[in-house]
Amino acid sequence: MPAKTKAERDPHLAISPKNRKPDASEVEAVTIRFAGDSGDGVQLTGGQFTTATALSGNDLSTLPDYPAEIRAPVGTLPGVSGFQIQFSSRDVLTPGDRPDVLVAFNPAALKANLKDLAKGGTIILNTDAFTLQNFKKASIETNPLEDESLAAYKVVEVPMTTLTGNALEGLGLSPTQVSRCKNFFALGIMYWVYGRSLEATIAWIKKKFNKVPTMVEANTRALHAGHAFAETTEIFQNSYRVKKAPIAPGKYRNITGNEAAALGLVAAQQLSSHQLFYSTYPITPASDILHNLARLKAFGVKTFQAEDEIAAVGAAIGASFGGLLAVTGTSGPGLALKSEAIGLAVMTELPLLVINVQRGGPSTGLPTKTEQSDLLQALYGRNGESPVAIVAPATPGECFLAVIQACRLAMKYRHPVLFLSDGYLGNGSEPWKVPGIETLPKFEISHEPGVPPEDFQPYARDPKTLARPWVLPGTAGYEHRIGGLEKQDITGNVSYDPDNHEHMVHLRAEKIERMKADIPEITVLGEPKGKVLVAGWGSTYGAITTAVKQLQSEGKSVSAIHLRYLNPFPSNLEAILKNFDKVLVPEMNLGQLQMILRGRFLVDAIGLHKVKGQPFKITEIKEKIESLLENKES
Amino acid sequence: MADRTFPTPKTGPALTRKDFVSDQMVRWCPGCGDFAILAQVQKTLPKLGIPKEKIVFISGIGCSSRFPYYVDTYGFHSIHGRAPAIATGLKCARPDLQVWVVTGDGDGLSIGGNHLIHAIRRNIDINILLFNNRIYGLTKGQYSPTSERGKVTKSSPVGSLDRPIYPLRTALASEATFVARSVDADVQHLAETLERAATHKGTSFVEIYQNCIVFNNGAFEDIENRATRDDFVVKLEHGKPLIFGKDRDHGIRMKGGLTPEVVTFKPEEPPKDLLVHNEKAGAEFAYMLTQLEPPEFPTPVGVFRSVEEATYNDLLDAQIESAKKPGADDLSKLLAGPETWEVAA
Ligand SMILES: Cc1ncc(C[n+]2csc(CCOP(=O)(O)OP(=O)(O)O)c2C)c(N)n1
Ligand code: SF4
Ligand SMILES: [Mg+2]
Repeated sequence: MPAKTKAERDPHLAISPKNRKPDASEVEAVTIRFAGDSGDGVQLTGGQFTTATALSGNDLSTLPDYPAEIRAPVGTLPGVSGFQIQFSSRDVLTPGDRPDVLVAFNPAALKANLKDLAKGGTIILNTDAFTLQNFKKASIETNPLEDESLAAYKVVEVPMTTLTGNALEGLGLSPTQVSRCKNFFALGIMYWVYGRSLEATIAWIKKKFNKVPTMVEANTRALHAGHAFAETTEIFQNSYRVKKAPIAPGKYRNITGNEAAALGLVAAQQLSSHQLFYSTYPITPASDILHNLARLKAFGVKTFQAEDEIAAVGAAIGASFGGLLAVTGTSGPGLALKSEAIGLAVMTELPLLVINVQRGGPSTGLPTKTEQSDLLQALYGRNGESPVAIVAPATPGECFLAVIQACRLAMKYRHPVLFLSDGYLGNGSEPWKVPGIETLPKFEISHEPGVPPEDFQPYARDPKTLARPWVLPGTAGYEHRIGGLEKQDITGNVSYDPDNHEHMVHLRAEKIERMKADIPEITVLGEPKGKVLVAGWGSTYGAITTAVKQLQSEGKSVSAIHLRYLNPFPSNLEAILKNFDKVLVPEMNLGQLQMILRGRFLVDAIGLHKVKGQPFKITEIKEKIESLLENKES
Repeated sequence: MADRTFPTPKTGPALTRKDFVSDQMVRWCPGCGDFAILAQVQKTLPKLGIPKEKIVFISGIGCSSRFPYYVDTYGFHSIHGRAPAIATGLKCARPDLQVWVVTGDGDGLSIGGNHLIHAIRRNIDINILLFNNRIYGLTKGQYSPTSERGKVTKSSPVGSLDRPIYPLRTALASEATFVARSVDADVQHLAETLERAATHKGTSFVEIYQNCIVFNNGAFEDIENRATRDDFVVKLEHGKPLIFGKDRDHGIRMKGGLTPEVVTFKPEEPPKDLLVHNEKAGAEFAYMLTQLEPPEFPTPVGVFRSVEEATYNDLLDAQIESAKKPGADDLSKLLAGPETWEVAA
């Protein structure tokens, strides 16, 4: 059945089928969102499109959007899964504010995503799924193809299921099996529209289904059929080309933040010559770090799935006491459970890395959505004066080096370090230049007591770092006991002495301050002085940087800094803050960094807050900066 | 990547009890049952032939949990209830160490109940000593999860409402491979039991009845008192019938095959059908023994169950060993992932 197009409905739009299609037109950047049921293979489709796009030399950034339920009822709004990608011939730092193209596999996907689509954008939809029954499931009253709700967009109606079925005729597949292949049909269409090669995906299909030759055949046919369909029918009047982006030469791969963190941990294991012990309790969106590491037994990685988060951090502390590189990963609610034990690691001055892939809260909150609302929990969420260092990566790829650096600080200073990622970084992906191992900084961590047994003091201090000796069980003659009761400095004996306690509270805070020696100063994007400084942290990096660069190119007096270390702060932070008339702090919370900057440096920091479980759009940040520049608000 | 290895030193002069006494002042109340347990542990350790730097004691919080400070090995006095988790991490990280957990009835069964059952079900090769005084000692005398119902304490002035939990049954229900009970005052039995626990591979769980002289004095009076204990305690010995009493004239047999009963007999003519202890039997046999309770029955002490099963830490190491193949740990390859592309200069 030929597709009914808007052109057919409106003869003015029709182009003669005899005409050859015009040459591809060139565009700078495109944002596409794939959306459908969890079972439609949306994430897989997005992943394949990403690989093909990377191979074509564009810069890109992606963001998956999972439903919270594993198998929400088919065809319903809660069941909609999405995958967004922005690719461009220039630098791409975000997955795009608004999709230019929406590929919707069913009415629910259309309904859930339409509001985000750029005006005049294109919708490619599977008309086979536009049935009365599906409208009901998605609580849609009138057929959107027949009312005016889509009038502002270019709508391309493709009976994907039917056409896939035609292409797969003779393979003896059931209707369900056929339907499962339609995502490759859609992918084929998109590959034609953006001039992508099919090769990588065909190779992937062969590998993935190598045990089921029929599925190799079916998916490959569906992909080709989609491609041929787009090429030959007149629905697609145009195809587009995005030129290669000026990317530094080298070997690249696509990587998510969670993958990068896992790889960083394995690298840290090698760089420190300390076996990795990763202990955790499954929680979205942090579990993928465990999944990645659990496969790496050949590297000697030990993973432990504990009975809860308290046990997970406890086991990590035990492993650290035993001399391993001890790491525990979680998300917000799990961090809350770990807090008492993190205090124990502060008190016993043991190295510990705690990874928190933040999600929307409070309580169970929004498990699959992103937020930056655990900063204060990370800094202060423990009893007593219980400081920890905080490292916060800004992009998915950056998670790799940031995690290595976090391990280094923890081991060198014998202190817990918190790594604050978030759902957007953890699941989002970007091209990543594969680092040569030889370029990575090794770190020497010693367990030598350095003194004869009779002179050994478990809480003796390294004069530079204030670290205590990390002497391990198994070292003869140095048997000693540690614990959560306050310790006398140097001897490590239990002490209730008031002066000693005050001294130790200051000492633990000072250990964090000393880490400044190991963290780089911040660089300012733009002029070192001016009207507005945008100060960000974590995953808001892409949106802030893009917004600020755009305004700078318009000649506006705005600069930006991005904090990768939130405790201690880099030593030049205060001076930078004071060089600007106004400081704007965009955050996906109600102003947590903003409050800290105000409290710590007495600057009148202004907040821009978003708590929708979604990253900032570039325009949102731009508008705020502009209004500050125009003195509309102070 | 270098796993640190700790070679076992050549055996020097044999260790004695004194080698395990630390320089810290012991701060339990005079007359506390914890002293006797400490002494027996310090006496047992030299017998194990393990260098003392290879031994680690880990505890939670409570009077009992002060224990590690007093033993001159490596030690970790951690936080309330979490010792089994910390011990699990340490043992997985460092299987070369002998790891002991010291916990109380509150520490192990109230706040830390979850960690306790999971350590046991994993059969991590650690030794857990649960000092059961049926009271919260350190916090000055509230009823604990092992206190009998109706217990009058500061926090339960008209009697506690909770039904007690039984440590051994909890352990057995968690598939424990080694379950034993002993008593602070019976030093010889305690020493034997500790040695058995130390040599068992897998989680050894030992409940030790411990008198808190300040907040729950006499909780185990009949069992601890030398004058009465033979009549109130039955010692479990593998392959031997359950006989007790000062004159060894009482025994336990199964009525109708299912229900235990006490029988009295002439010591020289014990009945043939007395129940014979079998440590290797299924958990249900040991569970039945845990149900022998006063006043109807004597309290069984000894090893209820001791069976061999693979330990979590061994299995973990075996998985890692079998994954190691030449080239399988190529970090460059791992970083590159399944798919890369080159951007030309
Ligand atoms: C998180 C936490 N909650 C409560 C306490 C207070 N606390 C300390 S020990 C204890 C109970 C100890 O009882 P038990 O484990 O039976 O040990 P015992 O003192 O009887 O040996 C409690 C409630 C604490 N230290 N930490
Ligand atoms: S309070 Fe009880 S358990 Fe604690 S030390 Fe005193 S006697 Fe022992
Ligand atoms: Mg107690």
